[in-house]
Amino acid sequence: MSPEGSVNSPAKLATKNLSVFYGSFQAVIDVGIEFPACAITAIIGPSGCGKSTLLRSLNRMNELIEGAKIRGEILLDGKNIYQLNVLELRKRVGMVFQRPNAFPLSVFDNIAYGPRVHGINRRQKLTEIVERSLKAVRLWDELKDRLDQNALGLTDEQRQRLCIARMLAVEPEVLLLDEPCSALDPIATLHIEDLLRQLKEKYTIVIVTHNMQQAARVSDFTGFMLLGKLIEFGTTSQIFTRPQHPETENYISGRFG
Amino acid sequence: MKRRRIADRGVRVLFSVNAVLAAAVLLGILIFLLAYGIRAFIPAGAVDPEDPSTQPLTLGGFLFGASWNPDAYGQPEYGIVPLLLGSLITTVLALLIAIPMGIAGAVFIAERLRGGVRVAVKMAVELFAGFPSVVIGFFGLLVLGPALARVFNVPSGLNVLNASVLLALMSLPTIISVSDDALRVVPHSYREAAYALGASPWTTAIRVILPAARSGILAAVMLGFGRAVGETMAVLMVAGNAPIIPRSLFDPVRTITTTIAIELGESAFNSIHFFALFALGFILFLIALFTNLIAEALIRREKRSFTL
Repeated sequence: MSPEGSVNSPAKLATKNLSVFYGSFQAVIDVGIEFPACAITAIIGPSGCGKSTLLRSLNRMNELIEGAKIRGEILLDGKNIYQLNVLELRKRVGMVFQRPNAFPLSVFDNIAYGPRVHGINRRQKLTEIVERSLKAVRLWDELKDRLDQNALGLTDEQRQRLCIARMLAVEPEVLLLDEPCSALDPIATLHIEDLLRQLKEKYTIVIVTHNMQQAARVSDFTGFMLLGKLIEFGTTSQIFTRPQHPETENYISGRFG
Repeated sequence: MKRRRIADRGVRVLFSVNAVLAAAVLLGILIFLLAYGIRAFIPAGAVDPEDPSTQPLTLGGFLFGASWNPDAYGQPEYGIVPLLLGSLITTVLALLIAIPMGIAGAVFIAERLRGGVRVAVKMAVELFAGFPSVVIGFFGLLVLGPALARVFNVPSGLNVLNASVLLALMSLPTIISVSDDALRVVPHSYREAAYALGASPWTTAIRVILPAARSGILAAVMLGFGRAVGETMAVLMVAGNAPIIPRSLFDPVRTITTTIAIELGESAFNSIHFFALFALGFILFLIALFTNLIAEALIRREKRSFTL
C-alpha cells in the first residue's frame, strides 16, 4: 500500500461511536475511526486528549483502571472484540508502552514469556521464536551471545526493541504503540521509526504520539484528537498539508499543545 | 536560625542515643547469655566427686548428646540433639504448611482484592499476627488435639503435628503481610506488559510478579521462621514435651524454647542445670543469627542481580 492510500482501504481494526468513561469522566467521546491493514496510523493530539485511552481500549488494557467502561463498538476484522476472549484479543492485538518495560528476567525469558503463556514449552521451538523475534527488531547480532543476561542491563533503546520483539513473539496481527519513543534519544527514535516502517508490511500498526514530526515521518494515516473527540482523520500528507479543521491546523502549526 | 540549629542537634542526639541504646541492650543480652551459659562447662565452686550433678559438662556431650535428662537418678544427661531436632522439625514442618499458603494468600490479596475489601482483609491478617499465643495454644489443646487424636486414631493429639500446625498458623500472618507488601511494590508496568501479551492475572502473578518480588518474599519467610522457632507458649501447651527424638508426626516433641520455659523454674539457682539452660538460650540466639545472616546474604545477592 502506498502512503497515499485511501481511507477507504480495508480496515483491520475499527471503532464505532466509541465512548470511554473513567467513573463519571468521559475520556473518549463518540469516536469512529478505521485503522487500515498493513499501514501505520498515528493518533496525535495534546496531552489529556484521550489518545492513549483510545489506544488502550483497543486491546481492553483500559480495564486495568478501576471504573473504566466503554460504550460503542470496537471491531477486529469486523468482529466485536467483546465477543473474543480477552486473552486471545491481547494476543492478536499487542501493545508496546511508553517506558520500555522489560521483565527482570533474561533476554531469552523475556521473549519466551508470551509463547510460554500460550502453551509453547519446547526449548527448540522457543529458541527459534527468540531468534526470529530478535532478528525482526534487529537485535539478534547484538544480543545473540548475551541471551542469558538480565534484560534490565540493556540500554533504553535495546530494551524498547526487546519489548517490541517480545510482542512479536506471540505473533500478533495489530501492534499498538503508546508513545514508544518518548523515553528514547533522537537517534534511537529514528531507529525505532525505521523498524516500524519495516514491520508495517506484515502488521497493522497504531501509534500514539505527541511528537508531530514523528507522526509526519512514520505514519500513512493520521487522526487528530482534542478533548476526547476525533477532530479529523485522513492520510498523513493531507492532515499535515491541507487540514480541514481550524483546530487541526492550529495544533500542527504549533499554536497550542 | 540559631534555634533551628539547636533543634536539629537535639533531634540528632535523640536518635543516636536511641540507636546506641537498642544495640547496647541486644549486646547486653548476648553477653549475659554467654557469661551464664559458659559456666555449665567450667568447674565453678565445689565439685563433689560423689555427686554427678555438680560435674561440669563437656561441649561435645552437650552438642552431640542424644539424651536430655537433667533429673536422671545417677548421671544427669544434657544432650541437646533431641531439643534441637524438636525445634527444627516443628519449625520446618510449620513452614512447609505456611509458606505455600502464605504466598498464595498474599498473591490473592495483592493481585485480586481492591479498595475497602483489601484494607479489611489486610487488617484482619495483621490483627491475627498479634494474637496472644496462649490463646492459640488453648485452641490446639482443646480443639485441634482431640480432633487429631480422633482423625488419625492415635492416643494423644499433643504431638509434632499439632505443634507444627499451630506454628504454621502463627507464622502465616507475618508471611502473608510482608509478602503482600513485597508484591505491592512490584512496578505496575510489569503487570501491564504481561497482560498485553495475553497472560491471565494468575499467570502474571506466578511468572512475573512473584519472581520480581523474590527478595521481599524471602524476607517474609525468614520472619516467619523466626516467629516459629522462637515461639514458646503455644508449643509448650500442645507438643507433649517429652524430650525424645520424634520418630513420627504423632510422637511428642520438646523444643529448645519450651525446655527453657519448663525447667528454668525448677532448676537450682547457679547449678549446672541452671547454666545449661542459658547455654540453650545461646544456641537459640545462634540459630536466629545464622538464619538472619543467610537471609541477608540471599537478599543482597538478589538485589545485585536485579539492579543495573
